[in-house]
Amino acid sequence: MRHSHALQVGPVAFRLGSEWRQPIEALKQLYAGYPAPDGPCDFTVRLEAETPWRRWLRPAVAIRGDYTLPDAVPMALAHGLLAAEMGMNLQMALGQKRYLLLHASSVERDGKALLMTGASGSGKSTLSAILGEQGWRFMGDEFALLDMDDGRLHPFPRAVSLKNQAVLVLEEIVGGDRFGPVLRNTPKGTIRHLRPNEEAVARMREPARPVLILFPQYGRGLQAAVRPVGQAEIFVRLTQASTNYVALGEPGYGALCRLVTGTPARAIDYSSTEAALTLIDGLWGEFA
Amino acid sequence: MRDAALLVAALREPRSAERLGAGEWTSLISMARAESLMGSLAYRLQGLALPEKVERLLEDARNDAEQVRRQALWEAEMARRALAPLGVPVLLLKGTAYAAAGVSAGLGRSIGDLDILVPRESLGKVETALLGAGWEWVKEDAYDDLYYRRWMHELPPLIHRERDRMIDVHHTILPLTARSTPDASALIADSVSLESGLRVLSPPDMIVHAAAHLFADGDLAGGLRNLWDIDRMLREFRTRDGFWSSLGDRARLHQLGREVSRALRLAEDLYGTPVDRRLAGRRASFDRLFKRRLLARNGWGQTTDKPLRLAFYARSHWLRMPPLMLARHLWTKARK
Amino acid sequence: MAGLSYIADDESLVRKVELDGLTALFHVPSGMTHIVAPPAPQILEALAGRPADLKELVRRLSRNFDVDGAESALAARLDELEAAGLVSRP
Repeated sequence: MRHSHALQVGPVAFRLGSEWRQPIEALKQLYAGYPAPDGPCDFTVRLEAETPWRRWLRPAVAIRGDYTLPDAVPMALAHGLLAAEMGMNLQMALGQKRYLLLHASSVERDGKALLMTGASGSGKSTLSAILGEQGWRFMGDEFALLDMDDGRLHPFPRAVSLKNQAVLVLEEIVGGDRFGPVLRNTPKGTIRHLRPNEEAVARMREPARPVLILFPQYGRGLQAAVRPVGQAEIFVRLTQASTNYVALGEPGYGALCRLVTGTPARAIDYSSTEAALTLIDGLWGEFA
Repeated sequence: MRDAALLVAALREPRSAERLGAGEWTSLISMARAESLMGSLAYRLQGLALPEKVERLLEDARNDAEQVRRQALWEAEMARRALAPLGVPVLLLKGTAYAAAGVSAGLGRSIGDLDILVPRESLGKVETALLGAGWEWVKEDAYDDLYYRRWMHELPPLIHRERDRMIDVHHTILPLTARSTPDASALIADSVSLESGLRVLSPPDMIVHAAAHLFADGDLAGGLRNLWDIDRMLREFRTRDGFWSSLGDRARLHQLGREVSRALRLAEDLYGTPVDRRLAGRRASFDRLFKRRLLARNGWGQTTDKPLRLAFYARSHWLRMPPLMLARHLWTKARK
Repeated sequence: MAGLSYIADDESLVRKVELDGLTALFHVPSGMTHIVAPPAPQILEALAGRPADLKELVRRLSRNFDVDGAESALAARLDELEAAGLVSRP
């Protein structure tokens, strides 16, 4: 393809190709400092024109690659960086077979990992980004990779995808040069990507043992609270949060059972970042 | 990487892969995934001295293929349970059949929907039994439905509402509109029973069907995989007594002699398959186009050679339907 | 329903992990996971590799459990287990 870039994120190597220059340039800037893969790539992502004339005329970026969704809607070229990010997510969701893929964020301290999962809007991504600036090592905001052999979590520190309000929150904490361009009017509103800090990138090949699972829930006016979660519910919620659980068969089942039975879990309700951080601090002290 | 020759070489001569660099591996893997041959390739390259990262990717592909195989066999078992009370012969076709029969073509093979073949006169009963056991129509659409029932060789696709898996119920191996008319009752009469009670085509019929599937029933998309099936089966079956002559007989019986001969020539050309010279026949001028079409894939996994692919697409519809019917089909589709 | 007999897969083909009173069950032949509540695991154990009709199943279960008058409930569970592929007709 005309333009391309290869990228190592945690244990996974991506090759990205594009018919346009812009998405690749944006990607290179956002992922400045990330290592190049030291061997073959796990996955290939292609950003291509849906039909030949759409390369110039109202360019529409179709997200394709080793794994492709047949009915995926093409995106505006202005959102090309987002298309590249979605392309990488798609390869992981459909093609990752080495790790149990949990739709969850994770951060690490003292060699122990905190896993946070919940529906979109739960704040798991924002919380992991904030913790990553406050003494924790950021491991990932989108996918956590559970090793089916030893039960450890592998980092997958892609750029954090901040949406709407979360952009403002992180802009206050983090200096300017780690942000990508502001992407307005995407299907998910305003999006801005944040490159994880140097420590997160430098230690991207270092797994950690999960010691606490949290199901955060954000709501305006929601009373701060910690609630227990039954193991069966944790199990079901984690299978729902996994894109490859069914495809992995017995090893996935074994790994998930070990995670669920061996790791304390709590649901937390919160209405402000401060409240959430206080709850997390308390629970970490109790369980880690 | 201009075409899929890299993939063909790795399948044909695994040791050639030991010399590949990182960039070539990335290309090879993309091509193999695009051609649904990643699992087959992973088994083919097992045991070679390969870079660690490649080893891991191939191991993942083998594990994945094993899960795919298991789920496909389970789907077949569930269909068997639903249809057992009817007492009609149920034949597995394509990928599930290779897995169930344990032929080497099944090793690492991708398997999509469950394809079964039943006697035409049992279609109604079979349909009712499946609907009663949790399968439902994928789409409620009068035209497509009528089209399937009148002209196709299968029921409209059904999907299981719990397991989310599709089943295609065939009563023959080509659409009724195709120029060849395979002898469906002979396919059933010669079929082989498995331990479960499910049946598979006899070895020669399996190859005839694979050849029909490769040429007559599509635009050659996925052709490298289908041709790989044929290569594996020919290598496995050819040592059996009288295999080549019975393959010739069955191909003629099903009016698919031309397709089988061409499949043999292409398999020999691409994969070095040992074939019977007389049955393969003389090289035809179109063989080169077929080969080019099969290899039309670059190192990014993209299809190439668009005009040629379009020509094959038009051809596939032509083969399936007489021209007047094709016009009506395209017209109805276009108006929707 | 009486007289129809049922069978479940051998215990070696089923993995089980207890999760707070429920059971996460992995069925090896199908590759499917089921979260089940009692009496489903007990029914599967009683039928593992040994066919039985409803009456016989009740007899087997009654050795360890109180199943008086539970026949219709058991029949409903059997239907569910059959639909899930965990129980079949031999």
